[in-house]
Amino acid sequence: MTHTEIILTVISLVVLIVAGFYAVMQKDLIHAVIATSVISLVLSLVFYLLQAPDVALTEAAIGIALSTIIFIITVRNTKRFEDK
Amino acid sequence: MKKVIIIGFLGVIAYYLLSAFASIPFGADLIKGVKDFYLDKSPNDLKVANVVTSIVVNFRGFDTLGEVTVLFLASTALGSILYRRRSHDSGLNPQRTAPEASALVQTGAKVIFPFTIMLGAYVFIHGHLTPGGGFQGGAIIATGFLLMLVSYRKFFIEHNALTWIEAIAGSTFVILGLLGLVYANNHNFLENFLPAGKLNDLLSGGIIGIIYVAVGFKVGAEITGILDTLLTVKETGLDPEEN
Repeated sequence: MTHTEIILTVISLVVLIVAGFYAVMQKDLIHAVIATSVISLVLSLVFYLLQAPDVALTEAAIGIALSTIIFIITVRNTKRFEDK
Repeated sequence: MKKVIIIGFLGVIAYYLLSAFASIPFGADLIKGVKDFYLDKSPNDLKVANVVTSIVVNFRGFDTLGEVTVLFLASTALGSILYRRRSHDSGLNPQRTAPEASALVQTGAKVIFPFTIMLGAYVFIHGHLTPGGGFQGGAIIATGFLLMLVSYRKFFIEHNALTWIEAIAGSTFVILGLLGLVYANNHNFLENFLPAGKLNDLLSGGIIGIIYVAVGFKVGAEITGILDTLLTVKETGLDPEEN
């Protein structure tokens, strides 16, 4: 790995952790779902940087698009805000 | 009290994960194992350029069949829970729960949709040459259908067509496996019995190409069916305009 790739990976991992904390702490569930989809986006970049393009493709298609929309459908059919 | 139990539980899990990871020599030059066999045999004997695909379909073909079955069962279970009634059987009008999308989204979806389908088809047809394969291609195709489903309220999926696609694709996979039992050199289930061809050609790698086209169709049909079932209300009482 070159230096640029290492720096990109570290930045991506930091964004991943921040988005994960945001998803857990957020009471608005739609915001939390979008945060999980940001996690998938960054994670697929990390997979690509770690030379696993197959896994990156899967994560991009399933994690960003399909699981996000399924969560959004579920949130819309139930409750948007988390109880105390 | 509850938090203490949770923290203790997480501590136990962390201890076992740490002890497992500590035994892996991170940063060591080479880990000896079966990978050398795969890396040597995939391009040279089986003529598959993408070694990951070669492992997934050639060496671990039975696992892939299991994965396809798991996805099929998940889709069937979801359908049996959420699917209410066929629209054309009962004369009921299927309703989409989402409101109408804006003209911008609709036009954009119409432009992007064919290219998404093409990208998905490319990914699963070239599964043995470039990264990706049946699952990824199928998921990309389902994403394209998802775009149309959320954009147009009148865009409905024909579930009979999905059923036929799934049935034909699934049987193709199993029949290819059974043909391997008869015609292949070692008479194993899912063994390659077609000529391997030349490395990096589209028609190379024997049965991998056919299996990945079948898996791509099957995964695309299943996920599209799941999304259509989730997004469509098939009861008369639930009119989205009233809610």
